Amino acid sequence: MRKYIAWIAESEYILVVLFGLVLLVSRLVNLSFTAGVSHNFWMFFIEMVTFLPFMFILIGLIDVWFPREKVEKHIGQDTGIKGTAWVILLAMFQAGPLYGAFPVAHLLWKKGSSIRNIFIYLGAFATMKLPMLTFEIGFLGWKFSLLRTIFTLPMFILMAWLIIVQEIFLEVWMVGPPSGTWFRVAVFLFVRSNRYLEQKDIGYCFLRRHYDL
Amino acid sequence: MLPLLSVTFISLVVSSLKDHRKTVAGVRKGVKMFLNILPAMLNILILVSVFLYLVPGELLARWLGRDSGFTGMSIAALLGSISLIPGFISYPLAAILLKSGVGYNVIAIFITTLMMVGVLTLPLEAKYFGMRVAVLRNALSFVGAIIVGLLAGLVL
Repeated sequence: MRKYIAWIAESEYILVVLFGLVLLVSRLVNLSFTAGVSHNFWMFFIEMVTFLPFMFILIGLIDVWFPREKVEKHIGQDTGIKGTAWVILLAMFQAGPLYGAFPVAHLLWKKGSSIRNIFIYLGAFATMKLPMLTFEIGFLGWKFSLLRTIFTLPMFILMAWLIIVQEIFLEVWMVGPPSGTWFRVAVFLFVRSNRYLEQKDIGYCFLRRHYDL
Repeated sequence: MLPLLSVTFISLVVSSLKDHRKTVAGVRKGVKMFLNILPAMLNILILVSVFLYLVPGELLARWLGRDSGFTGMSIAALLGSISLIPGFISYPLAAILLKSGVGYNVIAIFITTLMMVGVLTLPLEAKYFGMRVAVLRNALSFVGAIIVGLLAGLVL
């Protein structure tokens, strides 16, 4: 018994177990205040359970079937505006909450998508999903939706750029001699080529540290 | 939901017709990834359901409706960042707010932060991209959402 308790306390399921216990106890002694919470929980749980497993099976299949070269060719490094357009189009035909997009983005990155395109994917997924847009137009009008989309699109493309700039700068700053950092980053951003960075500079890309999920 | 289901089903059929072993490997991979992320997912669902119980839609509407100036926009940005409300609740809510006289800028900020910033899902995001990048993405999205709201307020 003690062993099981220790195992639960150490595992990531501790909150789930506690939550279950609270719901159970409050049902037994007829406390009404948890009814709302449990109603919400089951609503979200059903939403998650009916869509996430299918999405992960699809991710697994894509992982097995799509060769890295193909993804790399379309949305990898130096695919420019065409790659960005592909990634936005891909995101628009998705559905579900944003947290469902994280594993897909991670998979795209694993398959050789450029990091910039990954964050553009997340931005487009959050704000430009077609099922959601139709809903938005229905409730708030097409004018609002159109304008909001037009304003958000450049915003998340810029954001993806800023994240990259920050990452590159940090990596170069950490490993390189401080004196040349600004210069090397500036050259890198201007010419958009890895040639101007030393090998060790880009060896620590942040996503690489999280490769094994 | 239905498109995803049918796409998954068709892919499964096509894939297993082409190569049975590869399909099994793919499905196994997917299930493994799902089980890896499941506890983090459940924790977030619990947090969200408690949050939504404590702060129901009517309360949100009352807070947002108070003022459409600077205070209103700040409240909208904060609420949108913290909450995790599915679209089928948030859009009707936004429509009601609009009818009761809340400005377009506040609505745009609320909707955009709601979509792009997720404080509650931060631990999950960090699992995939690392905490620093996750925080950075959320912070940038927060600023971006405010800019979008201001622009929308100017035009509409």
